[in-house]
Amino acid sequence: MAASETRAPKIGRLERSALTGVLVREVVNYSSYWRSSTFSSTVEPTIYLLAFGFGFGSLVSTIGGLDYVDFVGTGTVATAVLFSSAFPAMFGTFVKYQFQRTYDAILAAPVDTEELVTAEALWIATRAGVYGCVPMLVAMVFGLDPSWGMLLVPFIAWLAGFGWACFGIMIAGFAKSIENFNYVVSAVITPLFLLAGSFFPLDEFPDWAFALAQINPLHHCVQLVRHAVFGLEGWTDLARVGALVVFGLGVWRVAIIAMTRKLVD
Amino acid sequence: MERELAIRLRGAVKRYGPITAVDGLDLDVPIGTCVGLLGPNGAGKSTTMRLLTAQSIADEGEIEVLGLRLPGESKMARAQCGVTPQLDNLDTTLTVQQNLLVFAHLYRIPRGERRAAIERALEMAKLVDRRDSRVDKLSGGMRRRLLIARALVHRPRLVLLDEPTVGLDPQVRQELWALIDALRSEGTTILMSTHYIEEAQRLADTVMIMSHGKAVATGAPSELVREHAGRQVLEVYGPPARLAEVEAEAGSAGLRTRRTGTSISILGVDGANGYEIDGERRPANLEDVFVLLTGEEIA
Repeated sequence: MAASETRAPKIGRLERSALTGVLVREVVNYSSYWRSSTFSSTVEPTIYLLAFGFGFGSLVSTIGGLDYVDFVGTGTVATAVLFSSAFPAMFGTFVKYQFQRTYDAILAAPVDTEELVTAEALWIATRAGVYGCVPMLVAMVFGLDPSWGMLLVPFIAWLAGFGWACFGIMIAGFAKSIENFNYVVSAVITPLFLLAGSFFPLDEFPDWAFALAQINPLHHCVQLVRHAVFGLEGWTDLARVGALVVFGLGVWRVAIIAMTRKLVD
Repeated sequence: MERELAIRLRGAVKRYGPITAVDGLDLDVPIGTCVGLLGPNGAGKSTTMRLLTAQSIADEGEIEVLGLRLPGESKMARAQCGVTPQLDNLDTTLTVQQNLLVFAHLYRIPRGERRAAIERALEMAKLVDRRDSRVDKLSGGMRRRLLIARALVHRPRLVLLDEPTVGLDPQVRQELWALIDALRSEGTTILMSTHYIEEAQRLADTVMIMSHGKAVATGAPSELVREHAGRQVLEVYGPPARLAEVEAEAGSAGLRTRRTGTSISILGVDGANGYEIDGERRPANLEDVFVLLTGEEIA
């Protein structure tokens, strides 16, 4: 008979201690690279804001009743969320899997792939929730008026960030090599990024493009942030939250499947 | 009475496409012993290790670790195991202590015991005064010691060491042997894979020689030597033509031989009365068994 009398307590799925373990690793690692990460997450949206704000802003003063700076300042929140979630998720996951072999070490501990993916996504979402607010704060320097609704923005950014983080992990899970990311960036992320309504309204687009935007989670993030800052639209916005939740849950499950196939053979 | 088993494999099979990495393996690791998997690269040692943490799922067979059935109960088993991978996967931009802290969390050490656990691991790895050094500033030997200490931070009942000293200088290797030996004397159960014969001979109570995913021989190192290579080996040096001659001669006398590059080793000469040939007599060792059982020139 094999040793069985000293069984550990029953261990289940999505345990807090496993999630905490993976999160602690991320937080401790973050302490060694937070400067560069904060720098890029702050400077990038600021450049977008300045370039579009001054460039376009000199041609267009208002869009849909909003000052152009206010329009872009709220729109680029979604850009910041995308940049601080999908990209770190894609590249970070691939590097940790392929080059640093971190996931081999973590999965040898009492952590399952489901917990690993979930904890990584939670961490990236939290960062996106914070970094996502940066463009709005910068826009405030350029004249965006404060409003109570702004307090909702970190939560919207978190929710969208979770979905994009899972999206990035999923892509890394399916990718055979890091070069595969080029296809996804060109064919998926860039179109979604432009079809989000961050820099210009989508009203003038042809119907098919407008319809396509309705299945773009980034578009819902843009609209939700704008509405949170300038006035919510009840049921429509609730539906947008629903869309982000569905997007997040969907890619979360697929990301787990993709990573399980990659990590456990 | 069978001893309690920390690891029990029965007929484990793992295929990757057309390659069968582990081919019907039976393995017993009794509690409190050190078992060495010895085999050339590609023998299936690392795959066996991955099966034990359910990072590979067996296609056939039964696997039990600490009395828990894999893969279903693997997480419970992993909580009580420490694993040192063949390839270093430390977080290189973190300090020694931070690496241990992360694993103290991953292995669920309660808050109040974490600090003491990290101190103990630092002492075991002899890295107390390097605790604040970043891993990328450590020498290869220090990194490997940290990699082992990281696997011990939660006082596991079973430790899996996959090629613990691969790629290290002989001197550094001996430091690690001391560390593993200390662990062994504390009564921790160890399964270690290696392709260094001396390592297996020194550290393992039982050695399983693997080739092409199968166990070709299992036993205590000294027993394996006695059984397969006899007590004495005659080492004959000479030019290639002479060696070929000796080989043929020994073969016709019913003795087994193996080539060792510059010489011919004639095995089991202690039992061969009247066999006279000039050469150096030496005790048979595990390497003789290993080459005999896994090499191409098996007689």
